Amino acid sequence: MKKLRVNGQAVEVDADENTPLLWVLREQLGLTGTKYGCGVAQCGACTVHIAGRSVRSCVHRLAAVNEGEEITTIEGLSKDSRHPVQQAWAELDIPQCGYCQPGMIMAVAGMLNHNPDPSDEDIDLEITNICRCGTLARVRKGIHLAKTKTSAGEPA
Amino acid sequence: MNEMTSLSRRGFMIGVGVAGAGLTISFMGGFGPALAKDAGTAPEVNAWVHIGRDDVVTIRIARSEMGQGTLTGLAQLVAEELHCDWSKVVTEYPTPGTNLARDKVWGEMLTGGSRGIRNSHQYVREGGAAARIMLIEAAAARWKVPAGECTAKDSVITHGPTGRTVTFGAVAEDAAKLAPPTKVPLKDPSTWTIAGKPVKRLDTADKLTGAQIYGADVKLDGMLNASIKACPVRGGKLKSFDQAAVMKMPGVRKVLAVHDDAVAVVADTWWQANSALEALPIEWQGGTPYNSADFEAELEKGLRASDAFVGHKRGDVEAAFAKAAKIVEATYRVPHQNHACMEPMNATVVWTKDSCKAWVPTQDGMSALASVAEAAELPVEKCDVYKLHLGGGFGRRGSSSGDHVSQAVKIAMSMPGTPVKLLWSREEDMEHGFYHPTSRALIRGALDADGNLTGLHIRIAGQSILAALRPEALKDGLDMVTMQGLAPADLAPGMETQALKYTFPNLLVDHAMRNPPVRPGFWRGVNANQNAIYLDCALDEFAHAAGRDKLEFRLAYMKDSPELQAVLKAAAEKSGWGKDDGVHRGLSAFYSFGAYTAACAEVTVDKDGKLKIQRIVAATDPGMAVNPQQIEAQVEGSFVYGLSAMLFQEITFVGGKVQERNFDTYNSMRIEHMPLVETIVMPSGGFWGGVGEPTIAVAAPAVLNAIFAATGKRVRHLPIKDQNLREL
Repeated sequence: MKKLRVNGQAVEVDADENTPLLWVLREQLGLTGTKYGCGVAQCGACTVHIAGRSVRSCVHRLAAVNEGEEITTIEGLSKDSRHPVQQAWAELDIPQCGYCQPGMIMAVAGMLNHNPDPSDEDIDLEITNICRCGTLARVRKGIHLAKTKTSAGEPA
Repeated sequence: MNEMTSLSRRGFMIGVGVAGAGLTISFMGGFGPALAKDAGTAPEVNAWVHIGRDDVVTIRIARSEMGQGTLTGLAQLVAEELHCDWSKVVTEYPTPGTNLARDKVWGEMLTGGSRGIRNSHQYVREGGAAARIMLIEAAAARWKVPAGECTAKDSVITHGPTGRTVTFGAVAEDAAKLAPPTKVPLKDPSTWTIAGKPVKRLDTADKLTGAQIYGADVKLDGMLNASIKACPVRGGKLKSFDQAAVMKMPGVRKVLAVHDDAVAVVADTWWQANSALEALPIEWQGGTPYNSADFEAELEKGLRASDAFVGHKRGDVEAAFAKAAKIVEATYRVPHQNHACMEPMNATVVWTKDSCKAWVPTQDGMSALASVAEAAELPVEKCDVYKLHLGGGFGRRGSSSGDHVSQAVKIAMSMPGTPVKLLWSREEDMEHGFYHPTSRALIRGALDADGNLTGLHIRIAGQSILAALRPEALKDGLDMVTMQGLAPADLAPGMETQALKYTFPNLLVDHAMRNPPVRPGFWRGVNANQNAIYLDCALDEFAHAAGRDKLEFRLAYMKDSPELQAVLKAAAEKSGWGKDDGVHRGLSAFYSFGAYTAACAEVTVDKDGKLKIQRIVAATDPGMAVNPQQIEAQVEGSFVYGLSAMLFQEITFVGGKVQERNFDTYNSMRIEHMPLVETIVMPSGGFWGGVGEPTIAVAAPAVLNAIFAATGKRVRHLPIKDQNLREL
């Protein structure tokens, strides 16, 4: 049994230490908001936060998670969908099929955690998630909108 | 759906250890608020509309939501005629089995060809209008007044003379008992207040929190998980596997052959199943050791072969070439490409000898049901399919591609009564696609001394989708789909929405069918994508050779299509076509799926050949616009889909095996590649065109033509990938 902190809660999981965090979250903890898209850290659908930083959980083995590290998934990003990124996403109606969006939202929220005012160049470098429906143009707009909400002091 | 999610959360909140404990929920047979909340208490008003006593309006959606926004658009059309309060609208999918049992009351369920709205707007609006008429009649009967004195607005019925009011929810049960009206007049679209408006999508909230349950997320009581490998060589079979090697691995329950070409591992969790599958010694046999590189030569020969099906013939092309002052020739090539939906193929199935139920993200509920019944070896009445929102479809989850559904049923049949979810790995998804067909085209243009295009011959050599998937639909051997956007309007029923809108005096479009042993499929935009590249890049080459302005040149051949002219002019003008401002622009205009689309792309190519697509101005005329902001979203997304293909995507076979097995070798556009997109939605009214696909056609040609403007180099072989745009 391994002790984890997920979305502010202490939990214990019984899984092989080689299991990627993605599958621990989805299959042991029932947190299916975090998606499987490629398994090789290419698409970013599995993005979660560890200690506030974006991690592609499909290649992050359970063994690499330190006890006590705070893991945040899309389900724990905010109460009532009030995170600035979620607000911006709702305002611009960004998701299409939506499958990549939990990862997209977590990647953007993770960027804003350490860079509250990213430039377009910063966005190009850091947001490398794949979206096949093609929300990318709105995602960029959404990031710039979310920045304003963060500075307005919305709960993060 | 919501209930499922909240239960999952509760399971988590109470602390969870091993798989399953406290997390699973039971499906009661279907999804949807009406079934969950109100089942059995308030009957439906009609097939399209259910109104609960709480005034919640549940609108039934027969098509599938896969990102394109059809769910919201169709609900808008019903709600418009129903006169209900939009804020009280929720939606649900009727099951295909129910559709069958009720004599297909919801019509066809196929979601493809950008047809969701354009083929069903009439009967869904009539469904909403009929329900409104019945609700008003019920209220009038209760008040003992003529129905003609009552009106409905925002889910409230008002009796004009007395001002009395009653809500839909209060009379819905009475309304349900009435006979449906025989005459159902529809509103003039100019009076619409819900349809035609840029309302927000109905499915956004759950997509922001992880609450949206996709097929890959389905969890049933006692469910096991499966991963599968089919023979990586197309046409090959499973020879043997050594299950003893993996049976002791954690969680493994079963290893089994599926059909004659695949092997699956069933385990407690998918990760366990897939890990065991990776470790499983498997021997394959047979199959066709097809090489993409060899097939290129076949296609090249097809460009000059005599065995071609004529799709469009007008005037005398050869006479035009004989008299030409100048002949311009170019050969273009597009590869096989995979849909690569973000959500890999999956299906969850419970089979017993008496019934088979499947949870499937499908574009076509009815064909998924047929796949389930056939694989389950049961009468279709004993089966049903529960649809979920798709994590991408793009044609991969359509009517002729139920391979994964059939596999899931076969696995579940080996464990009667136990629900099993089959989820493909990304690698499986890449290796076993129904690929966007490969083709080449030789385009020849005859120019007279004044630079007029007097003759045009487009010879396509390539794979046929219909020959593989629906041979009965071939017309004297011709695959009409290969003529998409280039066809005469009367080529076949339905082709008038895929017709060529340019007018060329002497024209020949023919197709030399060359079919490799690769499964082709309908891929968002289908053959309009290749054909627009062939036509619109060639027109650019001709205009250049004729020394004419590329906008003026195109417009000269659109004189019979004011709509196509209008979208092209709108895009060109907004982009600043003709300005001497150092911006390199490229144009494209095309008609497909009943919609007129155009794009003006602006690019830069630096001295090392690095391309930056700066901005694209797009214009679209779909006739009627049910939700303008969703149309904009589809246009924006079309550039991601079309330009990802143009920039990066190619499926290659070596020895019959797909070489690109994941996104590291089959890339898709990232935000760094994404241009600014400005969309002009300009519905001219009077017809219903598609939205989800048509713009893809103009994406690549506009950019390729802009690359030429920037560099003087023509990219004729796609994808661009690592071709140096300065050294072609």
